[in-house]
Amino acid sequence: MDKIKLTIDNKTVEVEKGTTILEAAKTIGVHIPTLCHMKLDDMGIENKPGGCRVCVVEVDGRKNLAPSCVTEVNNGMKINTHSMRVINARRTVVELIISDHPYECLTCAKAGNCELQKLAQDMGIREIHYEGEQSVYREDTSPAIIRDLDKCIMCRRCEMMCNEVQTVGVLSAINRGFQAVVSPPFEQNLDHSVCTYCGQCVAVCPTGALTEVDHTPAVIRALSDPSKTVVVQTAPAVRAALGEAFGLEPGTLVTGKMAAALRRLGFDFVFDTDFAADLTIMEEGTELLDRLSRHLAGDETVKLPILTSCCPAWVNFFEHQFPDMKDIPSSAKSPQQMFGAVAKTYFADKQKIDRKDLVVVSIMPCVAKKYECSREEFSVDGNPDVDYALTTRELAAFIKLANIDFHALPDEEFDHPLGDSTGAGVIFGATGGVIEAAVRTAYELHTKKSLPRIDFEELRGMDGIREATIDFDGLPIKIGIAHGLGNARKLLEDIQSGKSQFHAIEIMSCPGGCIGGGGQPYHHSDSSILKKRQMAIYSEDGMKTIRKSHENPYILKLYEEFLGKPMSEKAHHLLHTNYFDKSTVFEQED
Amino acid sequence: MTDYKMHILVCGGTGCRASQSEKIVDAFKSELETRALDDEVKVIATGCFGFCEKGPIVKIIPDNTFYVQVGVVDVKDIVEEHVIKGRPLKRLLYHDPATKSQVTDTAHIDFYKKQVRIALRNCGFINPENIDEYIARDGYAALGKALSEMTPADATQLVKDSGLRGRGGGGFPTGLKWEITAKEKSDQKYVVCNADEGDPGAFMDRSILEGDPHSVIEAMAICGYCIGASKGLVYIRAEYPLAINRLKIALEQAREYGLLGDDILGSGFNFDIDIRYGAGAFVCGEETALIHSMEGHRGEPTFKPPFPSVSGYLGKPTNVNNVETFANVPVIFNKGVEWFSSIGSEKSKGTKVFALAGKVNNVGLIEVPMGITLREVIFDIGGGIRGGKKFKAVQTGGPSGGCLTEQHLDTPIDYDNLIAAGSMMGSGGMIVMDEDDCMVSIAKFYLEFTLEESCGKCTPCRIGNKRLHEILDKITKGKGTLEDIERLRVLGNVIKDTSLCGLGQTSPNPILSTLDNFYDEYLAHVNDKKCPAGQCKDLVRYEIDPDACTGCTLCFRNCPVGAISGEKKMPHYIDQTLCIKCGVCYEKCRFKAISIV
Repeated sequence: MDKIKLTIDNKTVEVEKGTTILEAAKTIGVHIPTLCHMKLDDMGIENKPGGCRVCVVEVDGRKNLAPSCVTEVNNGMKINTHSMRVINARRTVVELIISDHPYECLTCAKAGNCELQKLAQDMGIREIHYEGEQSVYREDTSPAIIRDLDKCIMCRRCEMMCNEVQTVGVLSAINRGFQAVVSPPFEQNLDHSVCTYCGQCVAVCPTGALTEVDHTPAVIRALSDPSKTVVVQTAPAVRAALGEAFGLEPGTLVTGKMAAALRRLGFDFVFDTDFAADLTIMEEGTELLDRLSRHLAGDETVKLPILTSCCPAWVNFFEHQFPDMKDIPSSAKSPQQMFGAVAKTYFADKQKIDRKDLVVVSIMPCVAKKYECSREEFSVDGNPDVDYALTTRELAAFIKLANIDFHALPDEEFDHPLGDSTGAGVIFGATGGVIEAAVRTAYELHTKKSLPRIDFEELRGMDGIREATIDFDGLPIKIGIAHGLGNARKLLEDIQSGKSQFHAIEIMSCPGGCIGGGGQPYHHSDSSILKKRQMAIYSEDGMKTIRKSHENPYILKLYEEFLGKPMSEKAHHLLHTNYFDKSTVFEQED
Repeated sequence: MTDYKMHILVCGGTGCRASQSEKIVDAFKSELETRALDDEVKVIATGCFGFCEKGPIVKIIPDNTFYVQVGVVDVKDIVEEHVIKGRPLKRLLYHDPATKSQVTDTAHIDFYKKQVRIALRNCGFINPENIDEYIARDGYAALGKALSEMTPADATQLVKDSGLRGRGGGGFPTGLKWEITAKEKSDQKYVVCNADEGDPGAFMDRSILEGDPHSVIEAMAICGYCIGASKGLVYIRAEYPLAINRLKIALEQAREYGLLGDDILGSGFNFDIDIRYGAGAFVCGEETALIHSMEGHRGEPTFKPPFPSVSGYLGKPTNVNNVETFANVPVIFNKGVEWFSSIGSEKSKGTKVFALAGKVNNVGLIEVPMGITLREVIFDIGGGIRGGKKFKAVQTGGPSGGCLTEQHLDTPIDYDNLIAAGSMMGSGGMIVMDEDDCMVSIAKFYLEFTLEESCGKCTPCRIGNKRLHEILDKITKGKGTLEDIERLRVLGNVIKDTSLCGLGQTSPNPILSTLDNFYDEYLAHVNDKKCPAGQCKDLVRYEIDPDACTGCTLCFRNCPVGAISGEKKMPHYIDQTLCIKCGVCYEKCRFKAISIV
């Protein structure tokens, strides 16, 4: 590789050809401020429209200032990142952005996490010299995401995530000049678009333009109502990220503290979605084996591969964009919804509570879960199986609101019976985890033999699309894994064209899986955070004594006492669903 | 053309068509038919003559008689007098305002005297819908020469040696651009013609495509040969229906003649051209934005490098040139490098087409050699300032050019001189202003255009220009401060320094150049709350001088808001609280009793 030698702020630096000024500066500890630029290292995700112009620097001999995020280095370049000219320009640019931004920092949902706020603070901006008209847009509230475009700074990160990474194609810049803003086509609301509510736009938005719908007030109301029994379930990825909101090192597992905090918040029962994840494996694994054995027996009506269906954004995605494939995903509900269905039947019966007096709250790393729990098919007589879904971020804020010193909390256990889970349930939180959990169970159920090893390293990792063949005692099972909907699309298209053949495929909408979910504490473009959360998930799995779903005694008891066996009629009624062709849903309305 | 004894050329450009030139063509045809002269006299609808001020234009060949402001009603007389009796119809001849005499042919009209027509060589001469007429004027000879006698490298070198620079505004050496694209290795390359003309008032690209589409097609094919591209694309705004139609006809004819398609002239070279329509966004004239628009994406620019010559349309090497640039190419091949480079100035060879507009007597489309002075253009070709008023400023370079003054009038026009003077060549808009124009309002007017046309991608252009406009608005309303003037300068310079593309990098030019050249006018608005030109409504008052007022009631009767009162034959009075400053009273008063204060 060619080396380029240049000086930045009078320091000589040597970097590879093709390096940008921004990256070159970083190697010598010069951190040029940026705003629109965003890069998740090693994940192939980068946003660099070169639009905000915050990162401009002075290059000797160049007529105008250079945006360092897109300007590649040349031999002999002399760069000044903080000359008077640069500082004046950069401050002016930031002042301009603020001049068209509501002065609502005190009440903004993004306060403290806002990258524009931080930039203004770092640059010591105390006065806006160019005040003027501010753009005003209609607020758009969907079941999961709120768009407050007055706060949009046209960084285009959401647009890049929605189009390039997720290939959903909802968000795009519209209008020109001062009116330019990012929006669904024809300025429709999100709930009138093919938005999957994956929330990756929310995860990368530097300001408060995109935030999740806040379910906290409703949860507080339920907790204050003496006639209600309120139970909570926590998704696997939450425990690996919640600590970040309290200043803990990314990757710190806070399972015990989280359970303690939830109990102090007043939840009557603190349960675990991991339990429902184990249940999902029982159903989905059985379904896989069922389809597989029929396929092997020559039944041509059976559809393979089987696709996982735990991810609500993924379900939305194929309902809108691949409706012809809606019979392929497993009919198993997601763990959140299986939990709700079991809680409001089996558990409610046990407690002798009417389902109307039982409130199920979920804590999720996800914003699409808010939409999922509002789906009509997941309710009985208008009473939803899961009443409210809080994101990890909302839970953190709730804990702070309740004056709880998170660090001082003891580690506590989940309640029985819906709080007991295996290592297989935990790894649902990371890409590859659902299929690994399924393999652990399907292998043993199929071969009737004990697994020689529990860890399937070949299914783990961060590559967008992964393939592996697992030997089911002589039967090679081909497995595909995709995270990020763009990768899912590629995999689906390969299946449609007959290019790829798999027995089972796991799909998670968010890069990294649920650990990188749209409801997690903001990663602020630091992909190492995602990797640390992933490690945390696998370390919790390793610490568990039981690591296979079919060995969870409470799951076995649930079947014994209530469901019968996997895929039984009762199980089918409570734990399975069907999907809808939504490809023309808007055409019909219009 | 030899079979006919006489040809009647009627301007079929968009301007003259708006003045019913199509009906004039029809009228000539039927008149000639009635008199059984249609075998001897041929009527042709041509492209634009350029002298739009005096349109519709009719020219009669072989004697070169030039008729101006012709109407359908004049057709009969022209046929009667000129065609049959052989004497010019005097009342339709051009009237020279200086010598007060009538001029029969273009060679003696000041508007044409100093023009040199290279890009516009066929506009107004040939029927653009007939490829034979183009061929008769050496059309496609250049392509033939390149394909049969030259290697692509030789042909590229010829364009390089000619010194031709991009006419779209940037002035980048055309041959060098071709060479860079030629050096790229790729299975597919593209030649793109930028016909997204967007400068307000500019219409040279439209006129070339309407009047001489084959010259562009021929040049694109030569370019394709030079750079190794088999595919050409013309990106043209959909608001140019006539140009599009003529281009389509020309493409079809070129294909029929084997001048486009496979194995052109037996050379083994394949080349064809498609048309892509733009929706009229000004920023799509910027080459990366243009390419994104052609690809079906939002028309907004991206950072360069990579330049289109390396990674352009669909990621392939793409050579983008403007219409006028292409129109120059065939002539260079036909007449040679020496001939071409003998025209123009040292660093800017050849000619430039300008759309001359504003307060000059002769507005229209002109083509002048580089190095001509602004004075020659405005006073000789343009015929001076309308109504005998005083020249104040000339704005070149479109909405983001600068306003030059009296002191720049003797500056030879070329790329480098205009930049040095604080303006630019742009695509050739030239708007002349007189003493009645308020330079603060002019700056605001241009900024309004860039404000509308900014794509909104980068902060300085999206928000910065908005703020500049707000400050200017404040100043024109008499609410500005000295600090505001300073802010205009500081912010303007930051916008220039930090914007993503040429649009933003030049958008503050009208402000910065008027601040440099007309600072006193800004001060008058801010300090004295006065608009010296009397244009800023909030800063002027209309008053009636009771001594001069005869009480004729004309102002009273014309005031749209009833702000004027007074008895007949008694002095009238304007109620300032009602007056909307429309200026109607001022225009109507026959006794100069109303003044602007």
